[in-house]
Amino acid sequence: MWLWLLRRLGQVIPTLLILSVLVFGLQQLMPGDPALILAGEERGDAQVLAQIRAELMLDRPLAEQYLHWLWRVLHGDFGFSWRIRMPVGELILTKLPVTFQLAAMSFIIGVVIGVPCGVLSAVWRDRPADWAINGVALFGISMPNFWLGIMMILLFSVQLGWLPPSGYVPLWEDPLMSLETTIMPAFVLGTGVASVLMRHTRAAMLGALSQDYVRTARAKGLSETLVVGKHALRNALIPVVTLGTIEFGRLLAGAVLTEQIFSIPGFGKLVVDAVFNRDYPVVQGVVMATALIFVTLSLIADMLYMAINPRLRTA
Amino acid sequence: MNALDVEGLCIDFHTERGTLRAVDRLSFSVAPGRTLAIVGESGCGKSATALAILGLLAENAETSGRISLAGQALTPQAQRAARGRELAMIFQEPMTSLNPAFTAGEQVAEALRLHEGLNPRDAMQRAIAMLERVRIPEAARRAKQYPHQLSGGMRQRVMIAIALACKPKLLIADEPTTALDVTVQAQILALLDELKRETGTAVVLITHDLGVVRDHADEVVVMYAGRVAERAPTAQLFNQPEHPYTIGLLGAAPRLDSRRARLASIEGTVPDLRNPPPGCRFAPRCPFALAACEALPALAELAPGHWVACHRAPLDAVIAA
Ligand SMILES: Nc1ncnc2c1ncn2[C@@H]1O[C@H](COP(=O)(O)OP(=O)(O)O)[C@@H](O)[C@H]1O
Ligand code: SF4
Ligand SMILES: [Mg+2]
Repeated sequence: MWLWLLRRLGQVIPTLLILSVLVFGLQQLMPGDPALILAGEERGDAQVLAQIRAELMLDRPLAEQYLHWLWRVLHGDFGFSWRIRMPVGELILTKLPVTFQLAAMSFIIGVVIGVPCGVLSAVWRDRPADWAINGVALFGISMPNFWLGIMMILLFSVQLGWLPPSGYVPLWEDPLMSLETTIMPAFVLGTGVASVLMRHTRAAMLGALSQDYVRTARAKGLSETLVVGKHALRNALIPVVTLGTIEFGRLLAGAVLTEQIFSIPGFGKLVVDAVFNRDYPVVQGVVMATALIFVTLSLIADMLYMAINPRLRTA
Repeated sequence: MNALDVEGLCIDFHTERGTLRAVDRLSFSVAPGRTLAIVGESGCGKSATALAILGLLAENAETSGRISLAGQALTPQAQRAARGRELAMIFQEPMTSLNPAFTAGEQVAEALRLHEGLNPRDAMQRAIAMLERVRIPEAARRAKQYPHQLSGGMRQRVMIAIALACKPKLLIADEPTTALDVTVQAQILALLDELKRETGTAVVLITHDLGVVRDHADEVVVMYAGRVAERAPTAQLFNQPEHPYTIGLLGAAPRLDSRRARLASIEGTVPDLRNPPPGCRFAPRCPFALAACEALPALAELAPGHWVACHRAPLDAVIAA
């Protein structure tokens, strides 16, 4: 177990390093000079520009900039946002809970819809109910989030006036309001997750239901509900749990567009604004934080996989 | 009263390439405490028969005929109620028949909780007692282990414990030792005999190994391509086989008594059940076939309890001539 963890960490560190180099390098390809953007009104003043460049180390060789940045990151310091004038670490920590709440809600919606639908469509394989569920799932996968989001706003906010069209209220300030502001984006993101989970659950359940141990369970006299819901599902969930963890990671990192549509001030909005403003420290920080979350989640996924799979746990 | 009566059982499978009759007018009975063996090559309908008795055939199967358990007709509802109680089965594949996600003890206890309404603790106690009874050493420790931590023989013992946990009237063992090595095979079969003596359970032992039949069965049904070829008390069958197929099988049975294990085989293969030969299904492989064999041979009683479906039976006269 410890050895395994060490080996995993051994894979993680080079991955993160390479990623950081890529982020640093690719920024150089972005058009637009950050110093020009930051100078604003005074962009004509060569002295101001030079001063900004010196302050931000933009006049130094790229390698030096990178090493300087890396050194500070290793000490837990992600630097200062050039634009918002706030430490990047703090910025990330204020935005993360928002995105986390959204991701968690989307994930719950995805699991609650996706897993039972997958089970049912496996049990009713090749019957109309199965086709219907698969049809809806295909729809869920192929429907663009921005379109669904806009449609929902039109229906629930503009037409019916039930929900606020955009904005965000933190959970700890007003839980009910908070749910009202996040339920639509969570649903938009959740449908995608539900579709993916449904398809994987269905495949895993079909595999499990054809196994000999399912026949044994029936021969024992168990009801069909127990046969499906206990004996088959317990095994089918093993791969689905892993996939679910990755899906959760994708929610944390990939809600950019949806956050924009619903004006949710989360991670997605932070990084988009930062890119447009050439706020490199923020971009770098967000990318690295996202990568770190991903890496951690996939580690959790593997550990969960071991925990629920007796073959690995006791091997 | 018999523990099991099967009368005129027919099983059809509807497939994309047409319907095949896997079992055709099969009849047999087993008394409590007795073992009936069903023997035949792979594909002759043994497992289909077993699953039909339990009511666990695939959805594309259609059955007809009568199956009664202790005199009671086994309707689908009755099968459902009887499974795991009066009616139990162990399968050929001990490696895959247990659920990999639950411990051995949990899988035995589950049946006890369901059928005897025991609480989880009592059920586990009884499960451990059952595991001891099927001679699993350190049963309490083994009960906490998962199937992958157990050997094939051990897993089959767990399967037997599950099957016998609720004292069934009938136990169907579908090739219970085929996947195991020879010494384990003998142990498992001896265990089944012993448990049968203690509980009075009737056993249907399905096998393709006549050596197993000789030592463990009271009566034998030899099946060929879904039909009964011959049915007789075990001693009678071995002393005086009458059906050419049985004689062929006896030639193919490994003979440990002659030191060199001999394995002769019957030439040819089992017919395609979608398109079987008319009349006697064994005719294409039968060294004794005549023109008359294009008509279906009826099952006739040559001696008390000895039934044969062959136009040329008794064969003694044929061989002597
Ligand atoms: N679900 C099914 N669909 C179609 N054919 C089947 C099905 N199950 C069994 N069969 C066919 O029925 C015949 C008998 O099979 P089986 O009872 O498993 O044989 P045995 O156990 O004697 O080896 C075989 O020809 C097999 O291919
Ligand atoms: S009926 Fe004819 S073909 Fe069939 S087993 Fe007897 S002799 Fe052979
Ligand atoms: Mg079989």
